Order: sequence, then C-alpha cells, then structure tokens
Amino acid sequence: MRNLISTLLIASLATLLGGCGYNEFQSLDEQSNAAWSEVQNQYQRRADLVPNLVATVKGEAKFEQDTLTQVIEARSRATAIQVTPETLKDPQAFERYQQAQGQLGSALSRLLAVSEAYPDLKSNQSFRDLRVQLEGTENRITVARNRYIQAVQAYNVKARSFPSNITARIFGYTPKPAFTASGEAQSGTAPKVDFGTTPQPAR
Amino acid sequence: MFPYLPLRRGGASVWALVAAFLLGLWAPLAQAQKLQPIPAPSMHVTDNTNTLDARQKSALEARLVNFEQATGSQVAILMVQTTAPEDIAAYANRVGNTWKIGRRAIGDGLILIVAKRDRKVRIEVAKALEGAIPDLAAKEVIDEAITPAFRVGDYVGGLTGALDRLETRIRAEALPSPNPPGPDAAQASLDGDDGPGAMHQQGFQWFDLAVFLFVAVPLLGGMLRRVIGRRLGAVAVAAAGGALAFLFTWSIVAAGAAAVLAWVLGMMSWNSPWQRSGNGRFPGGVVAGSGLGNVFGGGLGRSGGGGSGGFRSGGGGDFGGGGASGDW
Repeated sequence: MRNLISTLLIASLATLLGGCGYNEFQSLDEQSNAAWSEVQNQYQRRADLVPNLVATVKGEAKFEQDTLTQVIEARSRATAIQVTPETLKDPQAFERYQQAQGQLGSALSRLLAVSEAYPDLKSNQSFRDLRVQLEGTENRITVARNRYIQAVQAYNVKARSFPSNITARIFGYTPKPAFTASGEAQSGTAPKVDFGTTPQPAR
Repeated sequence: MFPYLPLRRGGASVWALVAAFLLGLWAPLAQAQKLQPIPAPSMHVTDNTNTLDARQKSALEARLVNFEQATGSQVAILMVQTTAPEDIAAYANRVGNTWKIGRRAIGDGLILIVAKRDRKVRIEVAKALEGAIPDLAAKEVIDEAITPAFRVGDYVGGLTGALDRLETRIRAEALPSPNPPGPDAAQASLDGDDGPGAMHQQGFQWFDLAVFLFVAVPLLGGMLRRVIGRRLGAVAVAAAGGALAFLFTWSIVAAGAAAVLAWVLGMMSWNSPWQRSGNGRFPGGVVAGSGLGNVFGGGLGRSGGGGSGGFRSGGGGDFGGGGASGDW
C-alpha cells in the first residue's frame, strides 16, 4: 500500500511538473540562447571583416573619407556592446545592441554603394573578395536573426500563456526581447547616399 | 458625431477613402502571401522554365544520382522563372530549409538555383558544406563557370561546368562515406520518412505518449480495477487511452493501437505489478511501444515520401545563408 501511494505521488508530481511546462522552459530557453549565440557570432564575423575592408578601401587614394570614418566609428560602437544571454533579458541593452549593429550595417551598405563610383576599387580583387564575404555574412545575419525571432517567439508564448506563466514567474523565465524592423530602421538614421552634388562639411 | 456630415454630402468619396484604407491594411498581407511557391523536390534537377530538353535533364539527373551514390552528398538544381518579390538569397534559403537536402546525420546538401527571367543565379550551401565550398569559392564557380556560359545562352554548359567544380570540392572534403545498406541505413530511411520539420515534434509526442502509457495507464488501471473489477476496468482504461491518443494525435490508427495496448496493459497489471516487480513488465511494454511507433512512422512515410523514385531528401541539411549569388 505504501508502495502504491509513493508511486502515485511520484507519478502525480511528474505529471504536474510536465504539465506546468518546466521542462519545456529548459529547452526553449536553451534554444533561444543558442539562436542568440549564432546571431552574435555572425555579427562578430561582420565586425571582423571591417578592418580588412577599410584597409583595402584606404588604398583607393581619393575615396570619400567621410563614409570611411563612419564605418570605422560604427564598428567601434558596435563591438563595444556585448550582449550575453544573461543581459539578453534586459530590453534596453538589447535595443542598444540592435541599434549599434544596425548603424554598422547601414554604414557598410553606404560604403558599398559609394564604392560603385570607383572603377579601380571595383576591379580590385581583394575588395571583390571582401564584398562577397560581406554579402554572405549579411545573409547569415538575416537567417540567424529570423531563427532567433522564432525561438524567442516560442519561448515568449510559453512564458506568457496560462498555466506555464506561473512556472515562468516562479523560476524567473521572463519574456525576452526580439528584433524589430522598426528598431533597425530607426538606428539606420536614413542612409542618405549623396553622390557629391553638395559636398558635406568636413568635420 | 462629425463623420456623418461628410458622409451625407459626399458619401462616395468617404466610402472610397474607407475602401482605400481597408485595402491599405490588406495590401501588405496580400503581398506577403505572394511569395513564390517552393516546388517539391521530386528529382535532383527541377526545371520549371523548360530550358533543358529531356536528354540534357536526364543527363544532369543521372550525374547527380551517381554523385549521391558515390559520396552520399546531395546536390540539386532548381530552375525557376523568378524569385520576386524575394531576393534570390532569401528564396534560396527558404528552398534549402524546406527541402533540407543532405544526409540526416551530416547535412551535406547544396542547391544551385537559377532564376532565369531575373538573370540571377545562386549556390546555396548547407552549413555542413561551408567548409568545402566557402562563399568565395561559390562566387568563383559562378563567375568562372556559370556566368560566361549563361551569357551566351549555354545553360547546360554552365550547369555542367559548375557541377564539375562543386563536385571536385565536395569530394576533396573528408565527409563520411555513404552508408552501406544495412540496419543502420534502414533505420535512417525510416527516420527520414517523418517529413522535414515534423520530426522533433513527432519524437516528442511519442515520448509523451510512452510516458502516458507506462505511467498513467497502469495507475488508472489499478484504481479502476479496484473499483469496477478486472475486465470492465481494462475496457474502461482502453477506452480512455484510445480517446486520449486520438485527442493528441488525431489519428484513428494511433488511437486504436493505444486502446489495444492500454487494454493489454490493463489486463496485465492484474497481478499487482508495483508490489511484485515493476521492472518485469517494462521490456514488454517498450517493445510494444516501439512496434506502435513503427506502424505509425510507416503510415506517415507513405503519405509524405511520395513515389517519385529518383530523389528523396535526406532531411539533414541546415541552410544558414551560406553560398554566393551572381547574375549574367
């Protein structure tokens, strides 16, 4: 009889734990963290490509210095902010990270757009190689971001819906922030490609 | 309320405004729905543009079949008219992650996508092959083999030249050799039948079902047995088990199997199993459970696999955006 009761107790406890979604939080949390690592990994890869790109472009004597400085500054801002899975839960830190990366992205695309005006640069093999790598990295960033958004969505639905939200509150699984299109657009501050009709004031 | 005033004077224009507003609301949705469909991967070579004639197509197909048999890696060619409104990179990635070509455990897949009207081409490389074919190498293949041939309208020549280079690169990579036919391969093909994407969920449901069968059924059976006797109790447990299985899986086959299994377990648990030996019953249960899994897995395979013969995705390819695009 005692055996029966203990079995019952264990079984009901297991069912309770299973039903409240504790185990699912473990896997969803881990999945979204892994997806985030991939996002960071790809952003890092992009940041690593920038110094080479800058060095190559500097070889082009008359290249627009302003565009180049913007890329360099955006890179140093972007690499200064690191988001670990722990600080990932802080929406403000996340927003700053997203903005910094968005600025680097738009500075880079401006650089590539401007480079169209320099035939020597366009035919430079190492510049072309860097361009291909940069394109590949941007594609990977897009994929990684989408996967992160999906992982976070699954996690957030679990963290907000009943009855798993009770478990979430007890064990501290707060909803996580995801990428938003508007955040990226804001951070870009409208990339104006100006082909030298009105020279920008030197800083 | 002031909106009534203009409504009476210029009703038509107001309604036009409302209609425009509603249309504006729907427009992004309609646009989002108009993504290009992804064809089913029935062959290694899928040509939706009628560019290749039957002989060229079967030659490319035979070549890719041979390559898959020799190395295990899956390489596919997809020719479409356009990828609009998507960029070819986005479309290619969608195709890759829908097809998931590449061996299950290895994920070595590659798709060469040609958007003929857009005059764009892309080599989409699964993560497992990004070492063998880095972006620069893919770009080189496009620039040196595909673009020059496509410019003069030699599509087969371009594709063949690209395959020459890509296959050489994949062969140079030390990937595991293709599985010899055996229990391993049989198991892999059985797993592969679950269809892309669904497999994790399926596996998890089976796990839940197993827990349910081996924990809840004996417990419930034990209680019901005490209350209404052995036979009735077993029948009641079987009915409950079947109903619950139907609720979870929406499959009559699974529900029936679960009911039978529950009945058997209910009858078996007559001899107070948890007092004598809980373990004694367990192996039998596991065997029964795996049998159930096979029945269900087989059923799914028939619906998902398709009898097209030539090509079946290994389901292991994970496409993370690697590869390169080009135009001609």
